[in-house]
Amino acid sequence: MNRGLQWAAAALAGIVLGLGLILSGMANPAKVIGFLDIDGPWDPSLGLVMGGGLVVGSIGFAVLKKQNKTLLGEPLNLPASRKIDLRLILGSILFGIGWGITGICPGPGLVLLGAGIPEGLIYIVSLLAGMTLYSVIEKVRHRI
Amino acid sequence: MTIDWQAFTLYAATAALVGGFMIGLAAVWLAWTNGRIAGISGILGHLVELLVQQKREAFGWRIAFLLGLIGAPVLWTLVAALPASVQQTGSLGLVIGGLLVGVGTRYANGCTSGHGICGLSRFSLRSFVAVCSFMGSAVITVYVLRHLLGVTL
Repeated sequence: MNRGLQWAAAALAGIVLGLGLILSGMANPAKVIGFLDIDGPWDPSLGLVMGGGLVVGSIGFAVLKKQNKTLLGEPLNLPASRKIDLRLILGSILFGIGWGITGICPGPGLVLLGAGIPEGLIYIVSLLAGMTLYSVIEKVRHRI
Repeated sequence: MTIDWQAFTLYAATAALVGGFMIGLAAVWLAWTNGRIAGISGILGHLVELLVQQKREAFGWRIAFLLGLIGAPVLWTLVAALPASVQQTGSLGLVIGGLLVGVGTRYANGCTSGHGICGLSRFSLRSFVAVCSFMGSAVITVYVLRHLLGVTL
């Protein structure tokens, strides 16, 4: 019963996130590059996306921290790591290079896929290949 | 630096802000109902992990969330035409970029949604370092490709 409600709520979260990405311009790579390209005529829009998200997010997560359980009374499953290491920084740098080349991050990539844009399909297939590469590397590394 | 007033119109700024509110709302809603972080790369990555490592983890909510995200543009078109989405790269750039984003976000444990929206909203220093790293490298990449080399992949 709870599980069905949770899944429905998760689907709704995905829909609202997707609509927000489309409305905000995040699903338009030209707009994203316009923000990342600080040497050309600069488009600050994405700063407002981030700002809007953080205003709502910081209030929502502060309330959640106080409650310390979900609306359905279940325990939270939030990341607890505070580790700042080379893995975090180098991984983020690689992500940034890929984002800078394409102007597409994972969420908007899925939106483009859903919109039937061929570039979205090529991007998501490559993204999944990269994630598979990571999983295989880590699997082999743990065996050695 | 000059502001691109042709792109940064009052409409664009309002849409960006309202869109940002919706993104924040979606992240908060998922955390309130499922106790989970709305991190797209983490959700996708765990599904891949499930296939590669046969790790048995909850994936129902992940599938539901992804279906909602992929279905959003379809729902949008029921009401209005999708706004323009102008692609910046050809197939080569998409493949290289997609691979880098895939590997990088897995090592970093997050992307723009997980670290950028959720992590910063929780005042995580770890996420702050991640955001500075990927924002910095993205800005440098765009500068090198477009202004130093003058190429698009």
